[in-house]
Amino acid sequence: MSFLKSFLLFLFLLASPALAQSDPETLRPLINELAKGKYAETEQQIGDLAATGDPAVAPALEALGAGDLYFRKSDGQVFIAEKDGKQFKLTDPLTLEAQGEAGRREVKKIKVNNKLRRVIRSALGSLTLMAPDPKVRIAAAEAVFKAQDPGSIEALDTAIAAEKDENVLRVMQQARAAAVLNSDLEESEQIAAVETLSEMGNREALSLLIGVRSSTQGAVQVAAAAAVTKIEKSIAAWDAAQNIWYGISLGSVLLLAAIGLAITFGVMGVINMAHGEMVMIGAYTTFVVQDLIRTSAPGLFDYSLFIALPLAFLTAGLIGIAIERGVIRWLYGRPLETLLATWGISLILQQAVRSIFGPTNREVGNPDWMSGAFELGQMTITYNRMWIVVFALLVFAGLMLVLKKTPFGLYTRAVTQNRRMAASMGIRTPWIDALTFGLGSGIAGIAGVALSQIDNVSPNLGQGYIIDSFMVVVFGGVGNLWGTLVGAMTLGVVNKFLEPYAGAVLGKIFVLVFIILFIQKRPRGLFALKGRAVEA
Amino acid sequence: MSSFLFRAMDARAGVFLALMAAVIILVPACNLFVPESSPFHVPTYAVTLMGKYLTYALLALAVDLVWGYCGILSLGHAAFFALGGYAMGMYLMRQIGTRGVYGDPILPDFMVFLNWQELPWYWYGFDMFWFAALMVLLVPGVLAFVFGWFAFRSRVTGVYLSIITQALTYALLLAFFRNDMGFGGNNGLTDFKDVLGFDIQADTTRAGLFAASGIALVICFLICRSITRSKLGKVLVAVRDAESRTRFLGYRVEHYKLFVWTLSAMMAGIAGALYVPQVGIINPGEFAPANSIEVVIWVAVGGRGTLVGAVLGAVLVNFAKTWFTAALPDIWLFALGGLFVFVTLFLPKGIVGTVSQGWTALRQRKISSDFSEGSGDPPSQPPQSPGAQANVEKPASAISRAGAAHPQPAE
Repeated sequence: MSFLKSFLLFLFLLASPALAQSDPETLRPLINELAKGKYAETEQQIGDLAATGDPAVAPALEALGAGDLYFRKSDGQVFIAEKDGKQFKLTDPLTLEAQGEAGRREVKKIKVNNKLRRVIRSALGSLTLMAPDPKVRIAAAEAVFKAQDPGSIEALDTAIAAEKDENVLRVMQQARAAAVLNSDLEESEQIAAVETLSEMGNREALSLLIGVRSSTQGAVQVAAAAAVTKIEKSIAAWDAAQNIWYGISLGSVLLLAAIGLAITFGVMGVINMAHGEMVMIGAYTTFVVQDLIRTSAPGLFDYSLFIALPLAFLTAGLIGIAIERGVIRWLYGRPLETLLATWGISLILQQAVRSIFGPTNREVGNPDWMSGAFELGQMTITYNRMWIVVFALLVFAGLMLVLKKTPFGLYTRAVTQNRRMAASMGIRTPWIDALTFGLGSGIAGIAGVALSQIDNVSPNLGQGYIIDSFMVVVFGGVGNLWGTLVGAMTLGVVNKFLEPYAGAVLGKIFVLVFIILFIQKRPRGLFALKGRAVEA
Repeated sequence: MSSFLFRAMDARAGVFLALMAAVIILVPACNLFVPESSPFHVPTYAVTLMGKYLTYALLALAVDLVWGYCGILSLGHAAFFALGGYAMGMYLMRQIGTRGVYGDPILPDFMVFLNWQELPWYWYGFDMFWFAALMVLLVPGVLAFVFGWFAFRSRVTGVYLSIITQALTYALLLAFFRNDMGFGGNNGLTDFKDVLGFDIQADTTRAGLFAASGIALVICFLICRSITRSKLGKVLVAVRDAESRTRFLGYRVEHYKLFVWTLSAMMAGIAGALYVPQVGIINPGEFAPANSIEVVIWVAVGGRGTLVGAVLGAVLVNFAKTWFTAALPDIWLFALGGLFVFVTLFLPKGIVGTVSQGWTALRQRKISSDFSEGSGDPPSQPPQSPGAQANVEKPASAISRAGAAHPQPAE
C-alpha cells in the first residue's frame, strides 16, 4: 500500500509542473485546518483538500498518511516534520522549503487512523487520476488496478465521468472493476466488474479472477468461473502463437544456416562439412568490422551490420571458391571423400581462427535498432529475433530471384537437373560449380553476420549449426529451396512445441529421431527431385 | 592374378598376425618381468596407452568392414563404441560397491548424489560380468540391427545414410548428457576400483587388459578376414561398387548390409568395453560426432578395404595425436585437418592400399604377363582406369585422373 502511495505521489509530481499552480497561500488555511478537530473533522478537511484538485496538496496528504504531518502548538502552523535526534526538522507542506527546527514539545503530530489512511489514499489517487497527461492517468489507473483498493472507486467514478480519452477510459474501468471486486458492493455491480475483467483477457485479469472465483459465492462465482475459462482459452491461444513465433524464429536461424548448404548439396551433390565454418567466418567478419568502427568511426556503429554484410559475403564466398578450386574439384563423383576432405578443411579453419582471434568468445554488439522488444497482444517480440526472421526471408527471396531470373541461376538449375546435358548445351559446368560453391559459402557468411547478433562468436560457432543444417537439408529435400524453407520452419516450430513438454534436450532428441524415421519413409526428403535427376 | 592377390593377402595377414602375437606377448612381459632400470622395460603408462591404441584399432577395423567392403560410410560408429563402453562402465560402477564416496552398497555415487532411492531397472544385472559382457555385444548390436533394418530396407544410401548415422550419435550424445537418463550425465561413469576382482590400477591388470585388447583385435581381424574372403565378402564388395546391379542379379542387398553393419557395431562395442577400464572413464563426450569422423580418417589413412590398413592407420594417427598434443598442441588440428585433405586427395587408397598396389604392379612388370590388365585389379580396391596404378602417390596423376572424370551428384 505504501508503495502505491509513493507511486501515486511520484506520478503526481510528474504531473504537477503541467498544472497551473494556484497560489500556495490560498491553500494554506485549508492545510492549517488539519491541526484542528478530531478524526471526523479531519476526514472532512481531507475531502476539502482533495476537492481543490490542486496537486500542491499532495505532499501534505502523503505526509499525513505516513504520520509525518505535525502542527506547531504556538501558532497552529502545519509542517511536514522529520525527527532528527531530539529535534524535528520542519518542512513547509506546500512550498517544500525547510523551515528550521523545532523541539519535541513544541510540535504535535496530527493523528490518523486506518479509515483516514484509506481516505487519504483515494484522495491522492483521484488527484493523479485527474492529471492532464493521459500517460500519468493510465499509470494511476493501473496502480489502482494492482492495489484493488475499494476506497478509490469513488475517485475512479469521478475520473471516468470526466475522461474523454478512450484508452484511458478503458484502463480506468478495468481498475474500477478490480476495485469493485474487492469491495462489498452489490452483486450486479460485481458481475459487471467480472465481465469487464474478462474482456481484458490477460494474465493479470486471470489471476485476479481466480482469486474472485475462490473467495465468492453465487452468481459472482459462476460469472468469475466462466470468465476464467474464457481467459484461459485466450491465453492458451496466445501461448500457441508465441510458440509459433519462437519456432519461426528458430526456423529462420536454421534456414539461414542451411540455405547455402542446400545450394551446394543440391547442385553439386557435395556435402560441405566446412559450411558451419563459413558461418563462423561471417560472424568474425562482423566482429572485425565492428572493432574497426569502434576505434575509428564510432558514429557508424548503427550501420556496422550493413557494412559487414557485403564483406562477409565476399570473404566467405572467396574462401568457398578457393576450397572448391583447390580441393573439391578433384573429388567430384566421390561424395563421401568430399565429406572427409571438407571436414579436414573445417578443422583447419577453426584452428586458424582460434590462432588469430583466440579461443574465447568475441563480443559483437547489437546496434540500437536490433535491441529491445515490443508487445503484440500478449506476446513479447524482441527486435533482434524479428529482424533475423525478416532477414532470413529476404535472403531466401533474393536467392530465389537469383536462381529463377538470372542467367547464372538458369545455368545452375540446368546443372542441378542434368549435368551432362547442361554441359552438352555449352554451359561451363566447372565454372558453375565454383560460382555456386562461392554463392553457397557467401550466403553462409551473411548468415554468420545475422547469427553473430544472437549467438556467441567463438571458433566453435559453426559446429553448433552444422548438424542442424544437415537435418534441414535432408528433411526438406535436395535441389529445392522451398523444401529447405519448409524443412527449416517445420523443424523450428516442432522443436519449440516439444520443448515445454519434453524439455529442450529431449525435444531435440525427438526431432532427430523423427528425422531418422522420416528418412526411412522418404529417403530423398520432403520435396524430392523426380525423374532422371534422381539417378544422375 | 587372383592367386597373387591371395598370396599377398596371406602374406600381409601373416605378417600382421605374427606382429600382433609378438606385441601381445612382449609388451606385457617387458612391463612385468623386465626391471625398471633395463632399457627394455615398458612403463605402465605406455602399456595403457598402447592398449588404448589397440581398442581404437579394433574400432577402425569395424569401420573398415562396413566402409571399406560394403561402402557404408558410418559417421556414427563412436556411438556403438560408447554404448559398449557404457555397458562395461556400468559393470565397473557396480563393482565399486561400498568403496564409493557415499558408501552405498547398491547405488553408484552419482545416483546417491541425485537423491535416487533405488536402482533403475536397466542397471539390474550389471553386477554380473557375464551379463555386462553380453550387453556389450547386445546393446550396440540391437541398436545397429534396428537402425540398419529401417535404413537399408528403405534404401537410404550414400551421403544420406552418413548424415543420419551422424544424427543418431548426436541424439545419443544429447541423451546421455541428461542426468535423468541415469548414466551419470555430464560426468559419465568413473572412479572404477576393480575388474573381475583385480585392482584396476595394478600393473598386472593393465598388462592383462592390454593382452585382452590385443587378443580381441586378432580374433575380430580373423573374423573380418574370413568374411571378406568368403563368397559373402565378394557380394559385399559388389554391393559397394554397384548396389543396384547386385540387387538386379538377385541378391538381397539389404540383408548383406544389415549383417555386416550389425557385426561391425558389435565389434565397436567390444572395443569400447575394452577401452573404458584402461582409460578409467566413460562420458557422453565419446558420442561426439567429431569422434566418429576421426575414426573414418584412421581407416582412410591406413587404407580402406584392407583391414590391416585400418589397424595401422588407427595406431599411426593416434600416435601422432599423442605426440602432437603434447609437443605442439596448436598444430594438431592443422595437422589432422591437413591429413584429411591430403589423404582424400593424394592417397585415396591409404598407405597399405598404395603400397600393395605398387607391389602388385612391380610383380606384374617382372613376370611377363599374359593376363589382361583390366582384370588384374585386386577386388579389394575400387575399379579405376588401368595405367594409373603404379603412381597414385604422385599428385599430378591423381589430378589428371580426377579431372578426367565428370563431377557427379551424390549417388
